[in-house]
Amino acid sequence: MTRAQLLADDPIWLILIKAVVLLLLGAVATMAMIILERKIVARMQHRPGPNRVGPNGWFQSIADAIKLPFKEQIIPDTADRKVYFLAPIMSTIPAFLAFSVIPFGPEVSIFGERTVLQLVDLPVGVLVVLACSSMGVYGIVLAGWASGSPYPLLGGLRSAAQVISYEIAMGLSIVAVILYTGSLSTGDIVDAQRGGWYFFLLIPSFVIYFISMIGETNRAPFDLPEAESELVGGFHTEYSSMKFALFFLAEYVNMVIVSAFCTTLFFGGYMAPWPISLIDDNYFNTGWWPLLWFFGKTWVFLFVFIWLRGTLPRLRYDQFMRLGWKVLVPANLVWIVAVVALRAVRNEADISTTTVFVIGGVILVILIGLSFLLPDRQVPDDAERVPVTGGGYPVPPLDLKVPSKEDAKPRVRRRRQTAAVGAGAGADKETEQ
Amino acid sequence: MSAMVLAQAANQVSTGEAVAFWVLGPLALAGGLGMIFARNAVHSALFLVMTMLSLGVIYMVQQAPFLGFVQIIVYTGAIMMLFLFVLMLVGRDSSDSVVEVLRGQRLWAGVLGVGLAVLIVAAVGRAFTDVTAVGLAGEQANGGKGNVANIGLSIFDEYLFPFELTSALLITAAVGAMVLGYVDRHLRGKRTQKELVEARFRGEHDRPSPLPGPGVFATSNSVATPALLPDGSVAEESLSRLIDATASEKLDEERKAVAGTLPGPDARALAPGKEK
Repeated sequence: MTRAQLLADDPIWLILIKAVVLLLLGAVATMAMIILERKIVARMQHRPGPNRVGPNGWFQSIADAIKLPFKEQIIPDTADRKVYFLAPIMSTIPAFLAFSVIPFGPEVSIFGERTVLQLVDLPVGVLVVLACSSMGVYGIVLAGWASGSPYPLLGGLRSAAQVISYEIAMGLSIVAVILYTGSLSTGDIVDAQRGGWYFFLLIPSFVIYFISMIGETNRAPFDLPEAESELVGGFHTEYSSMKFALFFLAEYVNMVIVSAFCTTLFFGGYMAPWPISLIDDNYFNTGWWPLLWFFGKTWVFLFVFIWLRGTLPRLRYDQFMRLGWKVLVPANLVWIVAVVALRAVRNEADISTTTVFVIGGVILVILIGLSFLLPDRQVPDDAERVPVTGGGYPVPPLDLKVPSKEDAKPRVRRRRQTAAVGAGAGADKETEQ
Repeated sequence: MSAMVLAQAANQVSTGEAVAFWVLGPLALAGGLGMIFARNAVHSALFLVMTMLSLGVIYMVQQAPFLGFVQIIVYTGAIMMLFLFVLMLVGRDSSDSVVEVLRGQRLWAGVLGVGLAVLIVAAVGRAFTDVTAVGLAGEQANGGKGNVANIGLSIFDEYLFPFELTSALLITAAVGAMVLGYVDRHLRGKRTQKELVEARFRGEHDRPSPLPGPGVFATSNSVATPALLPDGSVAEESLSRLIDATASEKLDEERKAVAGTLPGPDARALAPGKEK
């Protein structure tokens, strides 16, 4: 029987068990992720991290999870109450929904019932994950708007722009995978990777997916919607108690989802990694073993999330948008055209893989060679330029000689004249701000 | 089980589908009405989102999962999000203007609305009588390959030219809007951040540095606390005008009450719905 038929035969109790397990999985993964993140980041920064609750502080998340719902709930006076209440729900539910299409394992037997470790296998499974992430943004945007204060509103606006732009890059990076698989179903995508995982067959797609998945989940270095140093807490500044906990939950569940989705799309899903897959005619790819591989791969990605947070500084907003629109999206489009062309050529004429690699290598070398021929950008000479020591911010040069008053007098006069001319535009600018 | 559903789908409605319809249909309708009658623009947009989500789920129930999810991704995920974005930029307190900007706008809106309603009713009415249901379920629907592959084939094979024409039209519209809306800020004399900084250092502005921050850590924990200058006096410019204004507006009533200038309660103050 195929995957879809097996799943269609599931009795109600089995579906309920799977749904409850998925719900618990999100919550437990969140708690594990929080304590791991605090511990790992602490280690990267040479400090102990949480060390009070339980052995070595490992029960800190449990204590936090119990504490948060019992804290006082503060609703700002200026909040739009209905939307304020709706926002955390709108961000949490889609996050959990996306779990339903992730294939966790192959055919197994649960209480004598043959089934697949997946809740549903829709023919459009990939779109379900995209739809859920696009619905999750509503929670953030509405939270920002409904809080009725400036910082959350700015966070909400940033987040809306960010997620919409990076969703485009993400959607395009999936296109190449779908082209290779010929199906939108997540189960089929895993099955299609028996011949080779897509992360090395489709390296550019994987790289772009990886960058955009970090942008999509608002994590460092792309955590502009909640940049502490600029926006206090961003969209959830005005939230407290259980509602804040829901936002936290949604963020971490989203991280688990995009990592699991990355595993599914590019790392062979639940399939055993290479040396292990050779043992005993791929014995470790049957029964309940694949769960281990799946979660192993997913947790590697989750570790990378933490690693990046401990390593990279936050981008500026315009740099971030430029990366998304001017680098990721065009590179992706070029790559998709290349993939399509390659497949069309290989369908028409019988060309070996070696030939393809050789031609690809030659093109790459030519491109690199051409890039050396590009002229450097000329910096125009400007006599009026304020001396700069570097970094683009005008600070006095290190060997600054303070001019004596006699020398300075004519200089100052000249400056005043130019200042009078330029003052009009400058004054406008000041009032605008 | 799926075969059974398939057999039923051809001409009669299964229980699950009927339940889904009677839950989602009223929801979609309520969303539409809410969108028209909500006072707040953002609430209106949210009601519209509800309608679109309900429609998306109805498509999925009708065995068109691709259409359903694309409806959710494109309409609710992208288009309504842009709407919300603009509404939020406009500001939450802006109320609807009831002035007709275009002359005869309401008349034309009414006429076109009725026309659209007639067209839709006619089309749906024809669908009830003349069109036979094909049934989109299963692998063999629409002549093999399933729903998604069939849509792909239709778009990129049979209807390729209209599809490309539509996309060309949309791109032209988008580029046109951009060209019309774009103003080069260098032509308008607006300076870049770097030029502004240099101008500040040349002394073209009042002060080379930004305004001083509030005295958050000086005496209290509030941004409404002004910073203190070295001689102990208050730095007036360290307080944001926004924070000042907000606080005084909100506290205005209490200030009046303390000063004794607030009119005392009269009989009408007890009428319901006059708390604010």
